[in-house]
Amino acid sequence: MTQALIAKTKLADLVSFLALCGKVVGPVPLGHGQFKFAEVRSLAEMALDYIPTILPPKKYFMPQYETLLRYDGADGQQMQAVVEVEELVLFGVHTCDLAGIQCLNVVFSDRPRDLHYMIRKNHITLIGLECSDYCDSYASCAMLRNHLPKGGYDLFFSELSDGYFVDIKTQKGEQLVEESGLFEPVSDAAREQLQELRRAKKQIFRSEVPIRYQDIPRLFDETFDSDVWTRIGEKCLSCGNCTNVCPTCYCFDVMDEPDLDLTRGRRIRVWDSCQHETFAKVAGDESFREQRSDRKRHRFNRKFRYPMKRYKRMFCTGCGRCSRSCMAKIDLKETLGALMEERG
Amino acid sequence: MESIAINQSGYQIKRGRIEEITELTELEKLFRIVLPDDEALDHDPGQFVQVSLFGVGEAPISICSSPTRRDSFELCVRNAGRFTAALHQLKVGDEVGIRGPFGVGFPVVPLEGNDVLLIAGGLGIAPLRSLINFIIDNRRDFGKVDILLGSRDPESMLFCDELAYWRKRIDINFCCSVDRAAPEWEGNVGLITALIPGASLDPLKTIAVACGPPIMYRFVVDELLKKGIPESHIYLSLERHMKCGLGKCGHCQIHDVYCCQDGPVFNYSWVKKIKGAI
Ligand SMILES: Cc1cc2nc3c(=O)[nH]c(=O)nc-3n(C[C@H](O)[C@H](O)[C@H](O)COP(=O)(O)OP(=O)(O)OC[C@H]3O[C@@H](n4cnc5c(N)ncnc54)[C@H](O)[C@@H]3O)c2cc1C
Ligand code: SF4
Ligand code: SF4
Ligand code: FES
Repeated sequence: MTQALIAKTKLADLVSFLALCGKVVGPVPLGHGQFKFAEVRSLAEMALDYIPTILPPKKYFMPQYETLLRYDGADGQQMQAVVEVEELVLFGVHTCDLAGIQCLNVVFSDRPRDLHYMIRKNHITLIGLECSDYCDSYASCAMLRNHLPKGGYDLFFSELSDGYFVDIKTQKGEQLVEESGLFEPVSDAAREQLQELRRAKKQIFRSEVPIRYQDIPRLFDETFDSDVWTRIGEKCLSCGNCTNVCPTCYCFDVMDEPDLDLTRGRRIRVWDSCQHETFAKVAGDESFREQRSDRKRHRFNRKFRYPMKRYKRMFCTGCGRCSRSCMAKIDLKETLGALMEERG
Repeated sequence: MESIAINQSGYQIKRGRIEEITELTELEKLFRIVLPDDEALDHDPGQFVQVSLFGVGEAPISICSSPTRRDSFELCVRNAGRFTAALHQLKVGDEVGIRGPFGVGFPVVPLEGNDVLLIAGGLGIAPLRSLINFIIDNRRDFGKVDILLGSRDPESMLFCDELAYWRKRIDINFCCSVDRAAPEWEGNVGLITALIPGASLDPLKTIAVACGPPIMYRFVVDELLKKGIPESHIYLSLERHMKCGLGKCGHCQIHDVYCCQDGPVFNYSWVKKIKGAI
C-alpha cells in the first residue's frame, strides 16, 4: 500500500494515537495571524490552516543550541562526541518546509557527513500537509516549484471533501498507517478529487515573479554589481532576522560552554548569520564582506546561485519568512523584481 | 532528550601533547606537537588543523612543518586574541585538541620538475615553511628555488635561524625585505613586491606560490604577471574566517567554494574570476 485515505472524523484519533506513542509537534496559533511549531497532544491545539510559522521546522533538525561534545579538561583534553535526540513526529509540514528540510539533508549528508544531524534526523517522522491556497503575498513557492509535494516525508496528507488523501513514502510511514488502524484503502473518487485539487492549484499557484526557475541563477550572476545591492544595503539593519527564520540557512558558530568548575563543559554549535559584520572577519580585522550590501548580496546569491553549482538546487523554498520578518521591509520578491528591471 | 555517544564525529579531537615551545618573536611561538602513539598527522604542505582548548575554543592554524618529518608537527601561532593568548600560556607537556588536517594545500605535484618561486609576507612564512622544508627534503625533484620574504621590521622576522640556513644553501636563492628598519639594517627596505622585478627566472618554467596578508596578493600578482608568469602558474593561499573546517558552517565561503575544504590554496586563474576573492 503506497496510498491510503483517512476520514476527517478520524484525524483527531490519529493525533491522539501519535501523542500516545511519543512527542508530536504541529502548527499552533499564536494570535495576530502568527503560528509556531510546538508540542501538541490533540488535533484541537493545532491550526492546520496556517501560514509559515515564525521559525521553520529547521529548529528540530538543527537546534539553535546543539551539544557536539562533552569535555573534561581535568586530565588533558578529554571529550566525548554526543548527539542529543528526541523521538518526534512533525505533523502538518507544508511543501515549502519539506523542501527546506531536504536542503538541510543535502548539505549535512554531503561529504564529510555530519553525523550529529544525520542521527537526529533519523529520529524524526515527517507528516506533510498540502496547501490548497496561497499563504499571503510574501510567498513565492510556485516560482520555486515548491507548491507541490516532491518527497522528503514519511506521509503526506492532501485535503479532500471529507477526508485526506495520504501518500505513503517510507516504511516508517507505512508502519504508522498499519499500527494506527485508522486508514482505509483509496477509492477512485478520492483519486479523482486529488486530481481536481491539483488542477485547481494550477490556477491559484503561479510564478509570482515573471521569471523562469532555470533562469534565476543567471539573473544573480549578471546583477552582481547592480545598484540594487547598494540600495538594499542602505536599508538593512544587519539584525540577522532573515537568516534565523530561513528554513535553509544553516550557518553556525562553534563555541564552548564551560560548567561552573571551568574544567568540564560542552562544545556547542549555535545558529549564526552571514548578515553580521563579524561573520567573515579574519585576523588583522580584514573583512571580505564589510558592507551591508556585500552581505545582502551574499545571502541572496547563497539562496539562488551558489548552491545550484554545489548542490544542484536552490536554497530558497519560497516560504516568504525573510520578507515577513524583515524590520527594514526588504522583500525577496521586490528584490528579484528590481534586479530584473535593472538587467532589462 | 536522550544523549547518544558517537565515535565518528567530525568534531572529534585528537589529543596532541606539546613537546617543545620556542619563542620566535614577542608575538609568535612555535609549538611542536605529538599525537598519541606517535601517530603521524599525514598532512600535505599548506594544510591546516583546528586547534582547540576546551573552555576557550578552536582556531584554524597552518601546519608549518614538512610532512617528511613525521614524528611530530609544528604550529607557529601569533598571539592575536583570546584563543591564541590562551595557547601562548601553555607549557611543555600540556595538551591541545587537534582536528584535521583540513583543506587542499600547495600544489606539490605541479611544482615537481619546475622552478619554484615562493613569496611569503609576514606570518605567511608559517605555512610556506612546510613547503620549503618539503622541497629541501626532496630537493632533486624541483628546479631552481627562489624564496622571497617580506616582513614588517627585522624584529618580527620569523624562523631567523632557518632563514640564515636557507640563505647559505647554494641550491636556494633567498631574498628578504622589511617595510621599515633602523639605519643599522643592512638588508633591503621596501615592500615585498619590490623584490619581484629583480628575481631572475624563466617565467614559463616557474610556478609561483604566495602566502601572506590579503592586501599583499593584488600587488604581488600584478608583479608576477608583469614578469610573464602565466596566470595558471600562480597559487595563492587565501585566509578566511573558519569554524568547522568541514564545509558546513559557512564562515569561509567564497561564492560556491568553501575555503576550508576546497582551499585554502587556490590557483589564480580561478581566483581571478571570483569577485571579492582577493
Ligand atoms: C587557514 C588558516 C590558517 C591560519 N594559520 C595560522 C597560523 O599558522 N598561525 C597563526 O597565528 N594564525 C593562523 N591563522 C589565523 C588564526 O586562525 C586567527 O588569528 C585566530 O583564529 C585568532 O583567534 P583568537 O581567538 O586568538 O583571536 P580573536 O581575538 O578571536 O580574533 C583575532 C583576529 O582573528 C580573527 N579570527 C578569529 N577567529 C577566527 C577564525 N576562526 N578563523 C579565522 N580568523 C579568525 C578575528 O576576526 C580577528 O581579526 C590562520 C587562519 C586560517 C583561516
Ligand atoms: S531581516 Fe532585514 S534588516 Fe535584518 S539582516 Fe535580514 S535583510 Fe537586514
Ligand atoms: S530566503 Fe526567504 S523565502 Fe527563501 S527560504 Fe529563506 S526565508 Fe523562505
Ligand atoms: S570553516 Fe566551516 S565551512 Fe569552512
